[in-house]
Amino acid sequence: MKVPELPCRPSRIPCPHDSLLNNKWVNPYADTLKRLRDAFDSGRTRPAEFRLIQLRGLSRFLNENRKLLLDTLAQDLSKPAFEADISEIILCETEIKLALNNLHTWMKDERVEKNLVTQLDSAFIRKEPYGVTLIISPWNYPLNLLLMPLVGAIAAGNCVVLKPSEISKSMEKVIAEVLPQYLDKNCFATVLGGPQEATILLKNRFDYIFFTGSPRVGRIVMSAASKYLTPITLELGGKNPCYVDDNCDPQNVANRVAWFRFFNAGQTCVAPDYILCTRETQEKLLPALQNAVTQFYGKDPQGSPDLGRIISDKHFHRLRGLLGNGRAAIGGQSDEQERYIAPTVLVDVKETDPVMQEEIFGPILPILNVQSIDEAIAFIRKREKPLALYAFSKNSKVVNKVLDQTSSGNFGGNDGFMFMTMTSMPFGGVGHSGMGEYHGKFTFDAFSHRRGCLLRSPYLEMIDKIRYPPYSPGHQRLLVWILEHKLSFPCSIL
Amino acid sequence: MSKISETVQRARAAFNSGKTRPLKFRIQQLENLQRMMKEREEEITEALYADLHKSKWCALYEECTYAFEEVKYALANLPQWILDEPVEKNDNTKDGQAYIHSEPLGVVLIIGSWDYPFILSIQPLVGAIAAGNVVVLKPSELSEQTAILLATLLPQYLDKDLFPVINGGVPETTELLKEKFDHILFTGSTGVGKIIMTAAAKHLTPVTLELGGKSPCYIDKDCDLDIACRRITWGKFMNCGQICLAPDYILCDPALQGQVVEKIKKTLKEFYGDDAKSSHDYGRMVNSRHFKRVMSLIEGQKVAYGGNGDEASRYIAPTILTDVDPRSQVMQEEIFGPVLPIICVKSLDEAIQFINERPKPLALYVFSNNDQVIKKMIAETSSGGVTANDVIAHADVHTLPFGGIGDSGMGSYHGKKSFEIFSHRRSCLIKPLKKEDSDKVRFPPFSAKASLK
Repeated sequence: MKVPELPCRPSRIPCPHDSLLNNKWVNPYADTLKRLRDAFDSGRTRPAEFRLIQLRGLSRFLNENRKLLLDTLAQDLSKPAFEADISEIILCETEIKLALNNLHTWMKDERVEKNLVTQLDSAFIRKEPYGVTLIISPWNYPLNLLLMPLVGAIAAGNCVVLKPSEISKSMEKVIAEVLPQYLDKNCFATVLGGPQEATILLKNRFDYIFFTGSPRVGRIVMSAASKYLTPITLELGGKNPCYVDDNCDPQNVANRVAWFRFFNAGQTCVAPDYILCTRETQEKLLPALQNAVTQFYGKDPQGSPDLGRIISDKHFHRLRGLLGNGRAAIGGQSDEQERYIAPTVLVDVKETDPVMQEEIFGPILPILNVQSIDEAIAFIRKREKPLALYAFSKNSKVVNKVLDQTSSGNFGGNDGFMFMTMTSMPFGGVGHSGMGEYHGKFTFDAFSHRRGCLLRSPYLEMIDKIRYPPYSPGHQRLLVWILEHKLSFPCSIL
Repeated sequence: MSKISETVQRARAAFNSGKTRPLKFRIQQLENLQRMMKEREEEITEALYADLHKSKWCALYEECTYAFEEVKYALANLPQWILDEPVEKNDNTKDGQAYIHSEPLGVVLIIGSWDYPFILSIQPLVGAIAAGNVVVLKPSELSEQTAILLATLLPQYLDKDLFPVINGGVPETTELLKEKFDHILFTGSTGVGKIIMTAAAKHLTPVTLELGGKSPCYIDKDCDLDIACRRITWGKFMNCGQICLAPDYILCDPALQGQVVEKIKKTLKEFYGDDAKSSHDYGRMVNSRHFKRVMSLIEGQKVAYGGNGDEASRYIAPTILTDVDPRSQVMQEEIFGPVLPIICVKSLDEAIQFINERPKPLALYVFSNNDQVIKKMIAETSSGGVTANDVIAHADVHTLPFGGIGDSGMGSYHGKKSFEIFSHRRSCLIKPLKKEDSDKVRFPPFSAKASLK
């Protein structure tokens, strides 16, 4: 379908800040960014129809390449098809459908309540795209973590530069070669490369940056963004604590914790990172966890088609190093050829051990013992705010106590990260685990500038006269009265 | 450890004690703030007069009243804002509770500005308190008397460990920025905004930056010129032009320029008399540096009115410049003074192009009786906010988020938005811990399961 022609707007003359791009270094992205900026300035992405076309393009991309995408995810991460379906493809399809069905509503001006002085006026919030935006996505859910922000960015009317992770090589290739066939080439571009290329890319001005990755790189992105005062969303990570109360059904808990921990071979930003429980509960959990692992992956998990692999040699070696911390009560095996790490539970782990110093991001689950819930809460509060926090107990008061006395991006009571499937709740971090939120309409909001607009009547100058000098004490009294009283008139001159 | 570091550590410990969280506490602090504004109105208006030659009316109308309204609005709505927000569940999450829980962020830093030194400290403070945070307030040192007053008054009405005031200049602010905060709200210039965001990046601290820029004001041929000029005059020359929302420059057709000048002149005389210097209602430049800066912008320009100043009293006459060259210095920086350049453009399209060639402003103003002109102007430009057929007024509507975009800032606040930016909205999904059966379908082994498609 042909995109309706728009009257051409004059394209933007480079702003003084573009001087950063001059002379001293070669900007390999200049042409790409100019193309996108010209396209944005022409108004191409603004009509709802254009955005719908792009979103339908994304939908077709998923539909027509389903097998390719599943194979690609298998190549990069040995991701089982079921996992890939539910955590990547289906989630993206849900987001696209939501955007398609709700775009017109999301785009509408939002009328707001006024006070008397402005009763004959029209006050509303106009949602506007930021402009040329950048999405940097990681390797662990290389389709989902690229497409989900992209859906919102498109819905909000932006042009987008995509920078997929170079570590998930197969998906990177698909994003570079297949995805562009489904999107407008003037408004969307893919940029490839590693840290060096990303550093140069970040020297350019973007109107919004959406980054998913580690806190360390998050700082670098924010620092680069500050040169241009670019607003950002950072979806970072951390160590997600999982408190297991004495009052629980150990098998039930073990099933849930194990599944969410070992999903994607543990390479999930919201996976439970470590357990806090009493020694007593640990003794009950261990056989239950072994039970769960055996049920899920069989007696020899390495032979199970349902367990993923570690993304790279570097991460494999990093994780293998952690296997020696404490004692492996379950698992502990590894295979370098396959980058396989067995579903592992570590006990006798100390707070100072390496496995407790970094986000594990692998199928290793340390258990640390505490004597009480208060000790668990104190332990959690000493550390950086995590992206997710879990509490398991039959007693809802216990769950609520953990919720009330801690902070985290998101919270799961008696389950793992099912909240990731909900488009009605915002997903994001706090503190070191990030800033900003997305999913569903929240992604549209993240990529929109909400512009407060007041259209005043040129009439009724009488009411406004009191604000003009020269001033007398009577002015003040009258104004206070006016501000305090809100009457509801029918509104809107324009 | 430095005194600043100690103050921040103490604030953090105080936050960790949980004292600021209960609704009752927050309401009590906000009511105390209200009381402070009522009881100490004299001292507040005197400080504003000392800093900026703000008349009592201006101080009350432009600062105190709106600050008071903000507290009132927060008090009336806080019990609602603080509630968990239930959300729609899907098939996977039917059997649980799902809601968004608002939590305080922790220790918030508010850096105030000197142009509206009272409200630009108090208004963000209201939101931060409402959201349950501890706040470190750093008023601008350029509005010295107000800074000193805030440091004196706040501890008398608010808990001084929870809401310390730190005064000082660049060295103190630099030191303060080394500390970790959970949110920083800064009002000031674009240049310093970048410094703040860079410092915040080290701790991954989210920021709200209320910056500035040149807010354009387009006057259409089809408009009530008398009203337009009166409103523009009011907004441009209040506080001697030192307001981030001032209409910075005018864009209009050359045929209108002469009339615009005459009408603004007439209005200026109505407002401030023939000699604004003797008007009680006309402000002064905040200091000698800004006085000199703004006077230099007039040099070499065609002065249609005013143009003179007096360094001793930091007075600059209301000044109108005509046929201004867009390349001249007065069009390169935010004027922040009582100097109003008029740039001639031959059409709405030319005006739009002119605006789009420049950094995105904090506000955009358009005067027209023609609906289509206003709609086109809004649709084809970008700015923090817009007021049509008036100036500044959008900032006074509690329900509109107030903030910039691009060089004019990021994030927004006022009213409920303040509560939101100073809160973490934590998504919570809580399920019952019961028999597993219904959930087993999601567990491996998967090969036994039918394909989902």
